[in-house]
Amino acid sequence: MLTEFGKVLIFFIIGAAFVAAGLITAWLLRPHRPYPQKLSTYECGEEPVGSAWVRFNVRFYVIALVFLIFDVEVVFLFPWALVYRQLGLFAFIEMAVFLVILIVGFTYVWVKGDLDWDKPRPEVPSVQHSPRVEKPPITKVAEGVPAA
Amino acid sequence: MGLLDQRFQNGNILITSIDNLLNWARLSSLWQMQFGLACCAIEMMAASASNFDIMRFGVIPRATPRQTDVMIVAGTVTLKMASRIKRLYDQMPEPRYVISMGSCSNCGGPYWEHGYHVLKGVDRVIPVDVYVPGCPPRPEALLEGIIKLQEKVRKESLVKKSA
Repeated sequence: MLTEFGKVLIFFIIGAAFVAAGLITAWLLRPHRPYPQKLSTYECGEEPVGSAWVRFNVRFYVIALVFLIFDVEVVFLFPWALVYRQLGLFAFIEMAVFLVILIVGFTYVWVKGDLDWDKPRPEVPSVQHSPRVEKPPITKVAEGVPAA
Repeated sequence: MGLLDQRFQNGNILITSIDNLLNWARLSSLWQMQFGLACCAIEMMAASASNFDIMRFGVIPRATPRQTDVMIVAGTVTLKMASRIKRLYDQMPEPRYVISMGSCSNCGGPYWEHGYHVLKGVDRVIPVDVYVPGCPPRPEALLEGIIKLQEKVRKESLVKKSA
């Protein structure tokens, strides 16, 4: 008979068949009349200006990198947790050493501020205390003649 | 590739059954491109609200032309806006319909005589299927316009129209 994984495969195939049937029916029924104005980029009715590729922030890369590293750590933790009972104290100490090494790295990333979304390092404006010369108020001598 | 779209020369019972099914599906879910330009937009909003409820006809407002079937041009169409309307109509996928709501988009409305900036009727730039008269038309009038458009969709066919 079918193994458990076989049943999951049947489920997966039926799901994929549903999606394919919907897409194929739509492909049969919809009109296909392309012309250049229809295929132009949508920009709220205006002529499209500039490129559609937007520059995104480098913070996403940093967060993704940190996530990847700690996700691999979790992947290592899972099988260890499953067979933890059969293994003895040795396995515990070995995993503790592994975790300590990664915690050192985690602390570095935290303290460096790479986990914060905004970098809260405010720019304190420096005030310069220079002696101010008091200027005498301007008095009008006559029309059009500036005060000396 | 529309394999079934207007490829048939004459109809038969299978084609008419598919026609009925397709037309019923299309008229029951006429997603609209919300195109409120002026005062008629307020009446269009009132038609979308709870008392008149255009959504019970399947008309859902979408902000992008790529996902819509019908463009309800509600309000005064200025010359500056007319080129944008043409471009947006071009970007709608078939089957597409246009409802012209209110006097200004039907024929220029109260600005027909002295409006130097007004396009005298949106049918000068895009083909219109249903005209809803009024200044502004009541929400019930817009609902009647939707129903008339549904009746027009009901008569469509996969059979290629011969001369």
